[in-house]
Amino acid sequence: MKILVAIKRVIDANVKVRVNSDNTGVETANVKMSMNPFCEIAVEEAVRLKEQGVASEIVAVSIGPQQAQETLRTALALGADKAILVKSDNDLESLAVAKILKSLVEKEEPQMVLLGKQSIDGDNNQTGQMLGALLGWGQGTFASEVKVDDGKAQVTREIDGGLQTVELGLPAIVTTDLRLNEPRFASLPNIMKAKRKPLEEIAVVDLGVDVAPRTETLKVANPPARSEGIKVETVAELVDKLKNEAKVI
Amino acid sequence: MTTLVIAEHNNEQAQASTFTTIAAANQLSGDTVVLVAGHNCQSTAEQIAKAEGVAKVIVADAEHYAHLLAEDLEKLVLSIADDYSHILAPASTFGKNFTPRVAALLDVQQISDITKVNSDDTFERPVYAGNAIATVKSNDSKKVITVRSTGFDAVALEGGSASIEAISAGEHAGTSNYVGEELTVSERPELTSASVIVSGGRGMGSGENFEMLETLADKLGAAVGASRAAVDAGFVPNDYQVGQTGKIVAPELYIAVGISGAIQHLAGMKDSKVIVAINKDEEAPIFQVADYGLVADLFKVIPELNEAL
Repeated sequence: MKILVAIKRVIDANVKVRVNSDNTGVETANVKMSMNPFCEIAVEEAVRLKEQGVASEIVAVSIGPQQAQETLRTALALGADKAILVKSDNDLESLAVAKILKSLVEKEEPQMVLLGKQSIDGDNNQTGQMLGALLGWGQGTFASEVKVDDGKAQVTREIDGGLQTVELGLPAIVTTDLRLNEPRFASLPNIMKAKRKPLEEIAVVDLGVDVAPRTETLKVANPPARSEGIKVETVAELVDKLKNEAKVI
Repeated sequence: MTTLVIAEHNNEQAQASTFTTIAAANQLSGDTVVLVAGHNCQSTAEQIAKAEGVAKVIVADAEHYAHLLAEDLEKLVLSIADDYSHILAPASTFGKNFTPRVAALLDVQQISDITKVNSDDTFERPVYAGNAIATVKSNDSKKVITVRSTGFDAVALEGGSASIEAISAGEHAGTSNYVGEELTVSERPELTSASVIVSGGRGMGSGENFEMLETLADKLGAAVGASRAAVDAGFVPNDYQVGQTGKIVAPELYIAVGISGAIQHLAGMKDSKVIVAINKDEEAPIFQVADYGLVADLFKVIPELNEAL
């Protein structure tokens, strides 16, 4: 079966993000960008399904600026067979992204779409579920285990109380949680090979999808700062502070 | 204008997140109606009818709602969505699972994880692991919103007397089916509603060593949490994880033991009222958010603390 993996280029997870001076967003100039960590897990899972003989082809898709091509090359180096970049210089909302992905799904006809459960910039946790609804497909979100057998996918999900397993008819949507797998690193030969794999570029306007923003960000501000704490020397001092100063025990 | 809140519950009773979501709904100008979809969930409906500010409880009872699959909830909520200006659910794995499906089919851009209601169309929400707070205005005619529980104080659980009305259930979508669950069974309070949390990190060294944190937790009536590193190392199950992509908590007291304090962990706990950090590395970033820091070997001081309490 064919798998489509959606990936996003985001500010690297290790960067300390700073709000910009005019409070319209965060500083992005000269900031390291990387593949969203949950998308890396999605790519890895697709590659493992291919290695198991379950998947036959992996198509990686990203929606973003020209530089998102680098992120797609990373996916190709990790094992995706081809890539599609839908070019947009505007930061699109998840509803618009889901609509774009739907139009690509209709063209590529995958049996499974793998996505990260959330991107670590907007922290929305929406796109996979939205795509599932627009396509009328079932979903296994926050996956920690995916088994595909006999035209069905069994997905174990990380939920607040523990784990839940659902069975999905294919085609289906799977969104990844942290413990689904540990992504590999791309080897140098594979990075070289990835340069020759096909990467198609499509302008977002050519898809005829409504991507007009539905929300306005009025302000982006720093979170309230915590007042500076103190160091205590002993357990007795800690217990005393918690009892008599903070009065929390 | 009327607001619909979709209740999170286990059929027997509502989760705490339901009452914080009702609190957010009560800050909007419309009446608050709560949907209880489930199976044999009448006691939940009766419990919610007593909550402050609830005008009406509607109940959809069917066998296929026993586990509240996203595809089934999507169909049910869409079937009644016309009556509501705002649709709210908790920003838990329950709410996050189905609300985007509803939003997409209503052609609405959902606003996730709100921590503040500024007006009927403008909300605050943390982005970038809580390193920035965005004020977002929705221009969609209908709003679909998930509510971060730590941003709102739960409504009073008694005093209300809302009517309870049964509505017809939707069909089972059939695109997904429930297979089973492995839920963590614990006598301790639930992480997201506990007033004290004792959390362990990689520094704990093993799952067995969490026993001393459990002893501490039991002395304090606390829940036990963990950092991602401790969960990834297999010390404790996934549902212990506090952080950007785990549980977001804001207890009265959060005791971080052997946790270095990665940005992603701080995102899940830095709104706690009082933070205690115990770590042998005095450079650990956790000390930057701690009210009380103790630079010490946890294997020496946790037993001492258990003795002292």
